Amino acid sequence: MAEQAHPPKTNRSILHSIAFRNVAYQLLLAAALIFLGWYLYYNINENLDRQNIATGWSFLSEPAGFDISESIIPFDSSQTFARIFAAGVLNTLHIAFVGIFLATLLGVIMGIARVSRNWLVSKLASAYVEICRNVPVVLHVIFWSSIIRLLPHPRQALEPFNGAFISNRGLMLPFPVDNVLYPWVAFTLVLGIGGALIFTRWARYRREHTGQYIAVFWPSTSITIGLPLLVWALGGAPLSWDYPELKGFNYQGGISLSPEYIALLIGITVYTGAFIAEIVRSGIESIHRGQIEASRALGLRHSFIMRYITIPQALRVIVPPTASQYLSLTKNSSLGVLIGYPDLVNIGNTSLNQTGQAVEAIAIMMLVYLTISLTISILMNFYNKLVAIRER
Amino acid sequence: MQSKRTPPPVAERVPVVRWVRDNFFSSAWNTLLTILIVLILFKALPSFFEWGVLNAVWGAQDHTSCRSEGAGACWAVIAEKHRPMLFGLFPYSEHWRLIVALIIFVSVICITLSRRFWRLKILAPLWIANLGICSLLMWGGLFGLEYVDTQQWGGLPLTMVLFTGTVVFGMPIAVLLALGRRSHMPGIKAICVTFIECMRGVPLITILFVAVNVFPLFLPQGLEFDVMLRVMVGMAIFFACYQAEVIRGGLQAITRGQYEAAEALGLGYWQMMIRIILPQALRVCLPGIVNHIIAAFKNTSYVLIIGLFDILSATTAVMQDPLWRLFTIEAYLFVALIYFIFCFALSKYSQNVERWLDEGRR
Repeated sequence: MAEQAHPPKTNRSILHSIAFRNVAYQLLLAAALIFLGWYLYYNINENLDRQNIATGWSFLSEPAGFDISESIIPFDSSQTFARIFAAGVLNTLHIAFVGIFLATLLGVIMGIARVSRNWLVSKLASAYVEICRNVPVVLHVIFWSSIIRLLPHPRQALEPFNGAFISNRGLMLPFPVDNVLYPWVAFTLVLGIGGALIFTRWARYRREHTGQYIAVFWPSTSITIGLPLLVWALGGAPLSWDYPELKGFNYQGGISLSPEYIALLIGITVYTGAFIAEIVRSGIESIHRGQIEASRALGLRHSFIMRYITIPQALRVIVPPTASQYLSLTKNSSLGVLIGYPDLVNIGNTSLNQTGQAVEAIAIMMLVYLTISLTISILMNFYNKLVAIRER
Repeated sequence: MQSKRTPPPVAERVPVVRWVRDNFFSSAWNTLLTILIVLILFKALPSFFEWGVLNAVWGAQDHTSCRSEGAGACWAVIAEKHRPMLFGLFPYSEHWRLIVALIIFVSVICITLSRRFWRLKILAPLWIANLGICSLLMWGGLFGLEYVDTQQWGGLPLTMVLFTGTVVFGMPIAVLLALGRRSHMPGIKAICVTFIECMRGVPLITILFVAVNVFPLFLPQGLEFDVMLRVMVGMAIFFACYQAEVIRGGLQAITRGQYEAAEALGLGYWQMMIRIILPQALRVCLPGIVNHIIAAFKNTSYVLIIGLFDILSATTAVMQDPLWRLFTIEAYLFVALIYFIFCFALSKYSQNVERWLDEGRR
């Protein structure tokens, strides 16, 4: 029997074409999303009307009516919600910056310690990493907060060194009294950093073009630190300290860090530091031993190998995951709401309870964090491009 | 930092001596570090030991002996308070049900993690049975078990419920988002990318706030969901967005040939994904998946902020007791130990997985 040949269908239904399906799926999804959005919007208006909750952003220009315990910009309760939100954003940025700096420092030290040849050093560092990253950051923050609460009262404050006091009211430190010379010192510091950068660039240019190696570390360090020191010394080296003193129930003078700030800062720093340590370790271990052995065989010095062989390659492995750790540290600073540090989420939460405008308050929090996240990832991508391999 | 080696024969013959020299005194800098650390440890360890062991109060039923002069850690607080810490407001006489449920639950997790049982035919019925038995034990109301409302759930079982819910709801969403992000259809891709990036850009707290404060406003009048369910869904979506990025990494590791072969066999999109691509992709990124599962377990502690009583908030609530409130450190150390055991075990497991995968590749 002759097999019956199926002639290829030339005019297959348009419904079976892949292109048509793709368009159809996407249109369906878009329609579903638009319908969902409309439905939610309809419900939310209905519900807000029924509960007599105001909508819109006009509450931002009304007086907040509550105070916050610490802020960078001066604030009192008669000022507007807009201003208190700004104060919250600044507090969040402040603790995130300090936290990122300290966590990087801790993480790099611990990461290097983990690959140390010294058994004690590496074991202690791994104990730190394993313990801290396997306990939730919420618990870290609460734990430090309750340790601070158990510290003695200001009258029996611990004094680790002269003029510094630790009590359940926080940490009090002596602070230099302001002087007309200090802005100039700061200015020369900026100049020094600029000079050091230019010098480093020039040294690199020379190395790449002539093969001459110029030591960079000590000259640039001395430019950066030496210049401001010189200005300070020439100006008569003015330095007087403002010491904290016990007056009434608390200390006055110097600089004081609140218990909430310290607990939150230690909590998020110690937690993120453990993750950064792991990233640094993996970066260092990613470098092939052969490269280091080859450099040694060429007779290169240890510092040179670190500076020009190990670190540039390790950074490529380290930078992208570290960027996401910076992001998560910033987001974890929102745990201030838990212990009373007036960060953005804490202030948003209080405003939400005062005005009932949940949608607007939460929208502000989310938008601010999205902006911060995008900014950090753009900055880190930019830096990542600087350290990435440049191939011809 | 290579030491110049002209090793004395004794050191070569005695491995201990060599080990000590290599690990503690390989260079001047290392020797200095060793001495410094030993000094610090000698100062710190004995006082910790005194506080935590020698002078600690272990089993006293009253708080007075903890407050006596020179008393160290008050572990008695755990002996006294562990039931409300671990089980929250659940009726005291019914705690045995939670213990049984936890034992079953943890054993099922252990079975799931061992490679021998990685077959859908075994795991799917096992998990359905597990979830059925555990919900029966927790809710009760059948077979003569007293009914317990979710309002009274708390402590470790609630942590486990939130964790399981997050992972069980979250994984399928994660797979869909990852596939959507790799889709050739620009509309679907754009929606998935935006959704993932927005969720990853905000803190978990704000999502919990949405679940608690905003989500009820979205629903038509009269329709309500349990707050625990809302929180669980919020956490699942948050988890899914992070997990989707890990799975995307796995999908990118699959070579074009696999897709082409599947198409040549005449498989449709879903068949290709389910039978060929996903099993390989998920296996490749299993360590990353486990890492985010660990994170999901730790993230359950965020519910403290919105007033659900997981193990951490139950402990915080219990420690409001004025008689014992001086001993919060000990209580939190106990909770930290529980989280540590679970997360440490899982992270060791994920390191093992990495080793198996490397073996397969070599």
